[in-house]
Amino acid sequence: MNKFFIVLFHTYLSKLKTKSFIVSTIIMVLLVIGLASLPKVIDYFDKDEKVTIGVLDKTGSTYETLNGRINTINRNVKLKTIENEAAAKKLINSEKLTGYLIIEKDSGKSLKGTYKAKIISDSSISDDLLLALTQVKSSLAAGELKLSPEQLAQLSTPAAFEKVALEKNAKTEDELNQARGLVYILLFVIYLNVIMYASMIAMEIATEKTSRVMEILVSSVSPVQQMFAKICGIALLSITQILLFLSAGYVSIKPNLDEMNGGIFSFLGFDGISISTIIYAIIFCLLGYFLYATLAAFLGSLVSRVEDVQQMILPVTMLIMIAFFIAMYGLTNPTAGFITGISFIPFFSPMIMFLRVGMISVPFWEVALSIGLLVVTIVLLGIFGGKVYRGGVLMYGSSKSYKDIKKALQISKNG
Amino acid sequence: MVLQLNNVTKKFGDFTAVDSLNFTIPEREMFGLLGANGAGKTTTFRMILGLLDPTAGEISWNGKPIDYSTSPIIGYLPEERGLYPKLKVRDQIVYLARLRGMNKASAIKELQAWLERFKVPDYLDKRVEELSKGNQQKIQFIASIIHKPKLLILDEPFSGLDPVNVEILKDAVIDLRENGTTIVFSSHRMEHVEELCEHLCIMHRGSPVVAGKLKDIKRSFGKKNVVVHADFDLAFLDEFPGVMKSKTTTEGKVLQITGEDVAESILRELVPKGFVRRFELEEPSLNDIFIEKVGAAYE
Repeated sequence: MNKFFIVLFHTYLSKLKTKSFIVSTIIMVLLVIGLASLPKVIDYFDKDEKVTIGVLDKTGSTYETLNGRINTINRNVKLKTIENEAAAKKLINSEKLTGYLIIEKDSGKSLKGTYKAKIISDSSISDDLLLALTQVKSSLAAGELKLSPEQLAQLSTPAAFEKVALEKNAKTEDELNQARGLVYILLFVIYLNVIMYASMIAMEIATEKTSRVMEILVSSVSPVQQMFAKICGIALLSITQILLFLSAGYVSIKPNLDEMNGGIFSFLGFDGISISTIIYAIIFCLLGYFLYATLAAFLGSLVSRVEDVQQMILPVTMLIMIAFFIAMYGLTNPTAGFITGISFIPFFSPMIMFLRVGMISVPFWEVALSIGLLVVTIVLLGIFGGKVYRGGVLMYGSSKSYKDIKKALQISKNG
Repeated sequence: MVLQLNNVTKKFGDFTAVDSLNFTIPEREMFGLLGANGAGKTTTFRMILGLLDPTAGEISWNGKPIDYSTSPIIGYLPEERGLYPKLKVRDQIVYLARLRGMNKASAIKELQAWLERFKVPDYLDKRVEELSKGNQQKIQFIASIIHKPKLLILDEPFSGLDPVNVEILKDAVIDLRENGTTIVFSSHRMEHVEELCEHLCIMHRGSPVVAGKLKDIKRSFGKKNVVVHADFDLAFLDEFPGVMKSKTTTEGKVLQITGEDVAESILRELVPKGFVRRFELEEPSLNDIFIEKVGAAYE
C-alpha cells in the first residue's frame, strides 16, 4: 500500500481506538438522543404547571364569561373568585394563588382590569387575561350596541395581509425563521468540528515530535506526504463521528416524527429541512476543516513540547471564534453588506458563506467564487505549510514563537 | 554498494555545521563517526538520510542520490530515542516496517524472531511506556533493522544499556554486517568503535580532524604509551627527554613518549635503579587520539 494511505489509516485507526474519542463520542450521542426527545420531556413537565388566578369581580357579572373565555385561551389557567385583596394576598403568600385580577368599571363604564402578582416575570398569563377580558368587553359592548354575532365577527376580523418576496426562491419570513434554527445548529457543528479536530492535528504532530518518533517517520515518509496523510486521517475521524451523531439523531427522531410538528422543533426547522443546506454544510465543514487543519498542522510542527501546542495555535482558535461570532450576528441579519463581503474572505467564508446560503438565496456564482477562493487558499497554505513542516519537524529547542516559521523555512529551503 | 560523501558542506545561515566532509564506506563495512557534542554528527546523518540537503557537495549510494524512493533499504536509529508511548510494540513495529515497504505478516514474523533473540518474547503485546528504557531501546533497534536495510545508520546505539545488553546488540550489529549491511555509527564510547570499526572519522566543529583506517590512524599518530610500575621513586622520568606527558598512578606512572626508541632508553635507565614490576609499551588508544586531536582543536 502507498505510504500515504499507511499513515492515513494508522492515524485514523489509532485515534479511533483511543479512550477519549470513544467516551466523548458516546457522551455526544447520548446528548443528541436527549435533545431529540426533548419535546417529550418538556411536555411531561408542562402537564403539572397549572396556575390559579384569583378574581375580585367588582362588577359582579363578569366572572362567568371571563372564566369561559380563559378556558378556551389557556387551559392551564384556572380562575377562582376571592372575597377581598387581603384574602388574596394571604393565598399568594401560601402559594395557592399565582396572582389576582381586580375587575371594575371605570368612569366610561367600560371594563378595567388590574392584575397583581408577586412578580410579573411571565407575561404570558397577564397577556392571556388581557385577551380574555378584551373579548368579554367586546361582547358586552356588542350587546349594548345591539350587534348580531355576525356583525361582531365582521368587526373583529383582521384585514387580510400577505407577504410576498419579489426575488425568486427567496425565503418567506416563516421559512427564514425555520432556516435560522437549522443553520444555527449546523454552524455550531462546523465550529466545534473545526476547532476540535484542528487542535487534535496540532496535538498529534507535537506528540510525535516530543516522543521523537518523528525522526524515524521523516526518514521513511516525506514530511509533506505525512502532513496531508494525517490531515486526511483526522478528517476521516471527524466524518465518522458526524455520521454517528446524524444516525443517532435520525434514529431517535424518526419514531416520534409526528409529534415534532410544533414545539421546539418548529423553531429548529426540521419540517422544512433542506437537502441543499445539509450538503452545503458538509462542503463548508470539510473545507473549513482542511483550511484550519493545515494551519494547525504546520504550527504544531514548530513546537517541541506538547504543553506549548495550545499557545501556538491560540491565534487559529481565535480566528475560528471570531468567524463564529460574526456568524452569530449574521443569523439575525443575513443580508447585511459586511456579511456579504466577509463571506468571500477564506478564513471566515466556511461559516459566513454557509450562513448566507442557508438563510437567503445567494447567486450561484457567489457561492462558487467563495468556494473557489477557499480551495485556492487551502492549496497555497498547504504548499507553504508543507515547507514549514519539513523544517519544523527537525527543529528542537525551547522557542515557540512565530519567528520559528522563518527558521523552519530556512531549514526546509536548504534541505 | 558504496556510500560516498564528496566535499559535503552544510550551512545554517552563517553557521557551518559540517565543513567539506569526505569519506567513502565500502560494502560490509562498519564506519565509526566520532566527535564531541555539537560536532555535526547528527547533521551528517540527516544529510545521508536525505532529510537535509547539503549546501555544497554530494552524497551518493552506489552512485545514486539517496531520497524517499530508497527508504526501504535504509535503516535509522536516531540518537533521541522515540516510539509512540501508548502503542503496543506489535502495532508500532508493524507500522514503521510497512512505511519501509514491508508487509504486515513478514513484519510480525521478523519481530517475533528478534524479540526471541533479545530474550524478550513477551513484549509483543506490551505498550512501550510499560517497558524500561533499556528495553525500549531494544525495540527501537528492532524498528531500525527489521526491514533488513542495506545501509544502517546508528546514532549512539549503545548508550544507556547495561553491559549484557550491549553485548547482545553488538552481536546483532556484527551479524548484520556479515549479511551485507553497510553500517555507519556514532559513539562516544571509544572502545566500541575500536572493537567494531575498521574505518573511522573524528569530527570537530564540522570538520574532519582524523579520517581513515583505524590501524593507519594509530600508526601515524606515532606517540605511544609506556606503563611503569617500580619500587623506587620515578619522579625523574617526568623530565626525561622524549617524554611528552606523564601521569602518576597509585603504583607508578603512565608516560606518553614520542617513539619506541625513547622506551628503550627509559628501560636502560630504570634497570640499574632497582626492581621494575612492570614495563609495558602500549599502542595509543583511540581515546588518547580523540582527546589529543579534539582537545588540540579546542585550544
